[in-house]
Amino acid sequence: MRADTEQDILKTELWWTALVTAVVTAIMLAIIYAGLVHHINPPSNIETVDPKTLHLTGEFTEGNLGTRVDGSQITSRIVATQFAFQPQCIVMPANRTVTLRFATPDVIHGILVTGTNVNTMIIPGYVSQVHTVFTKTGDLLMPCHEFCGLGHSQMWATVRVVPEDEFKPGPDGRVTCDAR
Amino acid sequence: MTHARRLTLAHLWVAFAAFAIAAVLGVWQMWARSPLPAPYLTAQAYFTSVTAHGVSMAYVLTTFMVMGFGYYVAETTLGRPLPYPRLAWLGFALGILGTLMAAATIFAGNATVLFTFYPPLTASPFFYIGLVLVVVGSWIWCGLMIVAMLDFKRVNPGTPVPLAMFATVANAVMWLWTTVGVAAELLFQVIPAAFGWNEAIDVGLSRTLFSWTLHAIVYFWLIPAYIAFYTMAPQAAGGRLYSDTMGRLTFILFLIYSLPVGMHHLFMDPQQSSAFKFLQMSFTALVAAPTLLTVFTISASMEIAGRLRGGKGYFGWIAALPWDRPMVLATGMAFFMLWFGGGGGLINMSFGMNAMVHNTSWVTAHFHLIFGGTVVIMYFAIAYAIWPTLTGRQPASLRHQRLQLWLWFIGMMVMTLPWHYLGLQGQWRRVATFNYADPVIAGWGPWVIVSFAGGIILLASALLFVWNLLEFHRDRAVVAPEHPPIYALAVHPPNRVPAALNGFALWNVLVLVLMIAAYGYPIAQFFIIDAPEAIVHRVTGGG
Ligand code: HEM
Ligand SMILES: [Cu+2]
Ligand SMILES: [Cu+2]
Repeated sequence: MRADTEQDILKTELWWTALVTAVVTAIMLAIIYAGLVHHINPPSNIETVDPKTLHLTGEFTEGNLGTRVDGSQITSRIVATQFAFQPQCIVMPANRTVTLRFATPDVIHGILVTGTNVNTMIIPGYVSQVHTVFTKTGDLLMPCHEFCGLGHSQMWATVRVVPEDEFKPGPDGRVTCDAR
Repeated sequence: MTHARRLTLAHLWVAFAAFAIAAVLGVWQMWARSPLPAPYLTAQAYFTSVTAHGVSMAYVLTTFMVMGFGYYVAETTLGRPLPYPRLAWLGFALGILGTLMAAATIFAGNATVLFTFYPPLTASPFFYIGLVLVVVGSWIWCGLMIVAMLDFKRVNPGTPVPLAMFATVANAVMWLWTTVGVAAELLFQVIPAAFGWNEAIDVGLSRTLFSWTLHAIVYFWLIPAYIAFYTMAPQAAGGRLYSDTMGRLTFILFLIYSLPVGMHHLFMDPQQSSAFKFLQMSFTALVAAPTLLTVFTISASMEIAGRLRGGKGYFGWIAALPWDRPMVLATGMAFFMLWFGGGGGLINMSFGMNAMVHNTSWVTAHFHLIFGGTVVIMYFAIAYAIWPTLTGRQPASLRHQRLQLWLWFIGMMVMTLPWHYLGLQGQWRRVATFNYADPVIAGWGPWVIVSFAGGIILLASALLFVWNLLEFHRDRAVVAPEHPPIYALAVHPPNRVPAALNGFALWNVLVLVLMIAAYGYPIAQFFIIDAPEAIVHRVTGGG
């Protein structure tokens, strides 16, 4: 490598800077592409809900939790509390677009579903919404992945993914783990 | 010993004492998470330990290291006594007082909120006040570094500020900006809640303010390592710094781009929109630039050293480097870990792929590799390089220093590689005990045990490090040269540099503009949408 004059050094450094810029740009483009084409976007719906009245009124009252089919929409509503999920088990059909909606009345929680890309924080004051398609059937683990107090290690739920033809909503449109 | 050196010695001993205690806790945590039965294991004990480990490693080790090293750099590069040494001791005292306060609340079981203390969980108010005192102590340090640089410029008009000092002041300026977020969160939201003056807290706002701090703080920890890369490693290798200008540019880029990017910690959060997440992700990609520039400049500097020592061919210069010198060895290992860590970082920062790894063990493994590995191994090398000038003595042989570095490097690899893999399998973080009866989790067991073994190697290295430092103070140590050259000259040392590369006024304006663009609306929105508040949950009283 030449380093006889300042100019030599500057020239080499400029080449390298150009290369670095190109690499960074390429990475950016890949991310934009993934975001647009594969709809890989993090949950960002800024939808507020009052933690103090969560279980008293509205969407997250006890009777409305779990999986429910409404026309072509399949939605599961889950409440995360210290230190359990309500319900502890949800049923989801394989190979269909489904929506998961989470809220909490107390502290910060978060979930992931092992073996999938489902991942969101659950922040008191907001509804976290994730769309996904489950491709593998079976019981998947859905732990709370953000420290929420001393019982955090014991906080998990199950996502039961069933083949599409075994996914049969009751007359009220609901599907529960017990019914199966 | 000059005043600055006494200050340096005091700060670094506090830093490394905290480090040694935290290393013991870290290994016990690894044990607890493994299928092997660990002693004293309860949820209370585990989260007390993780809080203490995180606070010691992330706040105490780093802050005291940065401050102590900064005083050293100021005195040795500027060639003038440190301004206001009494204030420096005040900063030190505040740091100690704050650390002891925080430690007391943690070990009393009144602060099991981890080092990120996400509200509405709230600890004893004295935990936060302790942390605030540490930060206030570091603000005094920032002021002193800036004053020292301005004094130098006044007395030596037109002379470039030496690179190591320029970088130290860049860090001080950055740290002042960085701490605004967490200080606002603590003073306006968390501490009032901890005292019971508030019963509810806006969690979206508090997370956003914390994210303001959360990325730049990593660069605050990292910059001493970069100072060593640019100024100490080429000297130790017997070469020169390839380009002084590139060094200045790198530290300026860190100042600018480490701040408006914190929202990449909130990718999976529902209270911020995709637009701002995307904006900050774009800035995050730009942070890769100074790191890649550094890789190039330092490799070129090392190549110069290798060729001066007779190395030939494309790779011959690598073998010709004096790998027996701890600074050179540590730099090589740090770069190796930086490649792994940097690759992992690219995954974390990408908007979509983050969903795969967010809050899994991948993240914990990633920052142990890059922070505990790359950065902390350079802390060791810096300590070995400057300690002889602090005590006037050094051990007769460097064998134990090399052994210690190797153990750290190997331990880090053995611990973090399986830990990354477990994260990809979905293992989540911050868990005291896993339910190994579950068949999925049972499959993870062997890998956790391998990680645990890596942790034991790391603990051995940490203890050997403290022992090596004590060697410098022993009677059997030999007399060290009084003024060894520490900082490398550039191939073409600058006679003059443009004002923009010799100070920070212009860059502060740019940071202000970027911060308003990146964080203005995301913070303001909480006052516009009238976000619902969460009820405060206090963890005090050991329960
Ligand atoms: C002896 C070597 C070390 C071992 C065995 C070790 C082990 C661990 C373990 C097991 C955890 C808990 C992870 C969890 O519960 O998810 C942890 C957390 C952590 N460690 Fe280390 N560690 C070591 C060194 C370090 C170093 C050198 C640093 C940084 C300088 C560091 C910084 C942290 C931080 C910031 C956390 C996060 C705590 C949290 O999630 O709240 N550790 N470490
Ligand atoms: Cu939880
Ligand atoms: Cu949790």
